[in-house]
Amino acid sequence: MELLGHYNYWVFAILLMVGFYASMAKSNFIKKLIGLTIFQAAVFLLYITMSKIDGGTAPIIQAGAENAVYSNPLPQVLILTAIVVGISTTALGLGIIVRIKEEYGSIEEHEVQEMDRS
Amino acid sequence: MTLLTGIFLLTLVVITAIAIVQTKNLFVAVMLSGVFSLLMAANFLILDSPDVALTEAAVGAGISTVLFLAALSLTAEHERDFKPSRIAGLVVLVTIGVVIYATFDQPRLGDPMAAPQQHVAPWYLANTPPLIDVPNVVTAVLASFRGYDTLGEVFVVLTAGIGVLFLLSGRPSKTAKAPPPPFHGPVEGLRHYLIPRVVGRLLIPFIFLFGLYVQFHGDFGPGGGFQAGAIIAASVILYALLEGEPQALRVIPMRFLKILAVGGAVLYATVGVFGMLLGGNFLDYNVLSGDPVAGQHLGILLVEIGVGVTVTGVLLSVFFAFATRGKM
Repeated sequence: MELLGHYNYWVFAILLMVGFYASMAKSNFIKKLIGLTIFQAAVFLLYITMSKIDGGTAPIIQAGAENAVYSNPLPQVLILTAIVVGISTTALGLGIIVRIKEEYGSIEEHEVQEMDRS
Repeated sequence: MTLLTGIFLLTLVVITAIAIVQTKNLFVAVMLSGVFSLLMAANFLILDSPDVALTEAAVGAGISTVLFLAALSLTAEHERDFKPSRIAGLVVLVTIGVVIYATFDQPRLGDPMAAPQQHVAPWYLANTPPLIDVPNVVTAVLASFRGYDTLGEVFVVLTAGIGVLFLLSGRPSKTAKAPPPPFHGPVEGLRHYLIPRVVGRLLIPFIFLFGLYVQFHGDFGPGGGFQAGAIIAASVILYALLEGEPQALRVIPMRFLKILAVGGAVLYATVGVFGMLLGGNFLDYNVLSGDPVAGQHLGILLVEIGVGVTVTGVLLSVFFAFATRGKM
């Protein structure tokens, strides 16, 4: 049980690196951007994992439940805003990809680089 | 039991992520990333974070998928063959090993003695009832205690939206290799398909209503401006998919969306400046009303409306910028 309590962190490590691999090793720009969103989601998972507390509940204070234990609201606030900022920056990335496709006719990094060289 | 559910969901998340990286079909990758977000949202819910789960479900599984699909329709549906270097895979495997080794020093999941549970979190939980008196501590921290932070985030969202509009409102250059295809006739949407039309028309008003509920009930339950903005934007996007973008833009013109995007951020900042004019600090809501707690309620309400309006405006103008590229 003690060991399985770290499972969330292991998944964080794997997702982080799967996202990193997709954004670095893949050549397709859309794939890179999806990799970046996976990388982001891994960080979200790390933060939310830290907010969880044993026997706790969502941080919404109920009248008449004075002894209730609440999970940590701060990481939730940070991640909640980060998700919306994340979609905005992803949209910006997609906009750049669409413009690259129009100008170069390709969304593969190695092809675009070849065109730049020639 | 919660631990086992979590392990099950997280294992599915990892499988989905690997499938996303493996597949050559970008359409499949985008749909899988929707699945990925939904699984992540379920996982946030069992980690006692309903606010985050709501946001992830609305933004990650909903809006993000639509934006990616819109971008795919303008680019390509398949990934070309490309051999990634072996070093990348090796680096990734080694790093996974190192990070997992490092996690053994971390406190386990839910440890009440873990460092994040010690410092400022108990203070927020103890002081929200006397100082702000809204049940949802996440809303209190988001809109009041850390109001500066949220103001910054709103302006980041606005700036990203402006960036997308700049990128996609210009014409392609004369040397462009694949300019958007010429426009043939009006875009009909899914109006001629019976099931999407009937189901969609039934759902749109309720999605919109739910968005308003999430907006105004955010003080008492999970919700707030960020989630509500995404949900309301989703209802309008559904309308645009059903009736076609020209019809949707007749109902909600682009001008109006831009005013929404800017107006929400301005409303947020104005509340802050108004506090200064009344003799308090920037974003100090205590002075907005005779009673400090009532002032906090008013301030949080206005600020959350600002957030919701900006998020709706930005997400919708971004969607329309992609969806109407080369069509109008």
